[in-house]
Amino acid sequence: MKLKHFLNLEWKQFFRSASFGKSIAINILMIFFALYFVGIFLFLGIFLHKLLGKINPDQDPLSTLNAFMFYYIIADIAMRFFFQKLPVMSVKPLLTLPVKRSKVVNYVLRKSAFSFFNFLPLFAFIPFSITLLTKGYPTASVLAWLLTAIAVTLIINFLNFILESFSSERELSFLPVIVLVGGLFALNHFNVISFADIVAQGYTAIYDNPVFVLVPIAILVALYVINFKQLRSKLFLDSSLKTKTTVVNASNMDWTRRFGDIAPFMQLDLKLIWRNKRTKSMVMLLAIGLLYGLFFYPQPIYRNMVFMYAFIGVFSTGFFLINFGQFIPAWDSGYYKMLMSQNIKYEQYLRSKFILMIMSVVILFVLGIPYVYFGWKILIAHFAAAVYNIGVNSHVILLGGSFNRKKIDLDKRAAFNYQGTGAVQWLIGIPLMVLPMGLFGITNWLAGFEAAIAVLLILGILGIVFHKKIMKFITQKYLNSKYKMIDAFSQDS
Amino acid sequence: MIYTKDLSKAYNGKQVLKIDELGIPKGQSFGLVGNNGAGKTTYFSLLLDLIKPTTGNITNNSVVVDKSEDWKPFTSAFIDESFLIGYLTPEEYFYFIGELRGQNRADVDSLVSQFEDFFHDEILGQKKYLRDLSKGNQKKAGIVAALIGNPDVIILDEPFANLDPTTQIRLKGIIKNLAEKQGVTVLVSSHDLLHVTDVCERIVVLEKGEVVKDLETNEATLKELEAHFSGSEVV
Repeated sequence: MKLKHFLNLEWKQFFRSASFGKSIAINILMIFFALYFVGIFLFLGIFLHKLLGKINPDQDPLSTLNAFMFYYIIADIAMRFFFQKLPVMSVKPLLTLPVKRSKVVNYVLRKSAFSFFNFLPLFAFIPFSITLLTKGYPTASVLAWLLTAIAVTLIINFLNFILESFSSERELSFLPVIVLVGGLFALNHFNVISFADIVAQGYTAIYDNPVFVLVPIAILVALYVINFKQLRSKLFLDSSLKTKTTVVNASNMDWTRRFGDIAPFMQLDLKLIWRNKRTKSMVMLLAIGLLYGLFFYPQPIYRNMVFMYAFIGVFSTGFFLINFGQFIPAWDSGYYKMLMSQNIKYEQYLRSKFILMIMSVVILFVLGIPYVYFGWKILIAHFAAAVYNIGVNSHVILLGGSFNRKKIDLDKRAAFNYQGTGAVQWLIGIPLMVLPMGLFGITNWLAGFEAAIAVLLILGILGIVFHKKIMKFITQKYLNSKYKMIDAFSQDS
Repeated sequence: MIYTKDLSKAYNGKQVLKIDELGIPKGQSFGLVGNNGAGKTTYFSLLLDLIKPTTGNITNNSVVVDKSEDWKPFTSAFIDESFLIGYLTPEEYFYFIGELRGQNRADVDSLVSQFEDFFHDEILGQKKYLRDLSKGNQKKAGIVAALIGNPDVIILDEPFANLDPTTQIRLKGIIKNLAEKQGVTVLVSSHDLLHVTDVCERIVVLEKGEVVKDLETNEATLKELEAHFSGSEVV
């Protein structure tokens, strides 16, 4: 089995999947984003030397940069965890074929090294190094420094691999990375251990004595070996076939009865959320969504940007709505055929999801009331945003679901399955948040705060008033794409 | 009960199913046999309106299946494991299906309790999710779920595959009982000629999407089918 066979398999998987059309559109968008970031990094790389000289005129720009390196590293770790998609490969069919296990593992690991996230820093570091050389810095030192930067990027890459595989087995999947990044930052910030200095000294030492470049390279090799061993040990049939039988704790959830005819679907949805790892970690993420405002409101700069209120309001009250809603009806893709052959009213099925999302918005708004500490205006803006979420975004996201063609395999538990951690997931939320922010911002600028609040409220109330009509339209959309959805959901990946 | 007229299904111009006329009376146990790709599952999927017919239609109790959804209350099916909801326990799954079919918990319990020997103590009260059951046990749960709500039409695709011998024999008893005593129209497909001839009053052989044989089951049927599939037709 050669590398080209693996590549061939992936190529086919991509081009032959049912969601191919959608993937293309998303990929084009992703390319734009990628180019945007490349542009920023390139710009940074070219002018970094000048910039750093301005920030700290007394110091050599390189030392200034080295002092920032620690923050760059922890930011990179956090970013990657949430946005970098690790290579997924369905390994089970390969295990019985004459392919060496080590080859599969090596392929997966090496493929991850070619991630965009590893190339991006080069666009900054290489031009910066060239600038250094033209300014007459010693060649060997600069090259050693550049090599270190590249090695560190790859170290983060493989560290992320370990983090992801460690986290994917836990319930609170994002906790390890937050503890790690937050812990490092806190230790540094409160001067317990000054990692920033240590990292800076490390870079400086390598610059002064290029032989030390062997240290990061040794760490890189060690991490690769650890990853290799870890993944290899997972690559046995029994570990991916192993049925981790969880004892069920069943509850009747009789309280859903009050919702009448949609009760069975609500119970099903709640069980769906509680009993599957992927959905469960999404619920845990709610905490982050709720506390999102704390990143902004404590700082006066943001508190004066009134248009941000709408954005944070929509985001924090609509966090569940966006994350859960965008995969309707793919959550049920595993048994979609069955649902379609059953005596169900599509409208009930959708209404159950709708009510679940509405409840989440209300609960998140109520939990977010303490934001009033930062001012009444914020609470009012959040209220308007919540109404907007209920009236507009909920319908938009349900409508978007009728275009959903990608299966979600909830039962999958094989190694290498990190489904659901990718940048694409966040992409879909952008129009849902940017549009109300834009409307709010423009009205606020033209006609004042009250008018801006009124715009969101009116739009939301209009949505609520015409709810029945809109749902009818959406239901029809779903019915029209019934055959296409059944076909797409019965395909693997 | 079920009437198929001028039905055909083609994918990209390639015909996979073509049935000019096929009527299945109420209370008949109907067997569909054929090699892989003969169109058995395609026919069942059309019957459940999971795919759209290229021409013609199927009428189920005078309801045109791809026009109205009114056939759903009296029709149930188990096609494959994708009919199961992996994160529910078998009991919860039965209750869920029961609710969709207008049955309360007591109704479901009393129906399911009739199949205790069929389940062989491996399904009920196990505190396990359906996704953690073996393929055979998943199939048992799916088949029994298809019986919930007193349907008039039951469609089972390859019900005997993956089951152990004891269960196969029990399942045959269940299907016979449904058709003979309760007047349920049962549609079964299978690769196992012995099982279908045992269970079904009528057997239709599909080949490349077309009906090539339509037999009332009698002692000679098994021989005739075996001859047909081995390619040495006896006249």
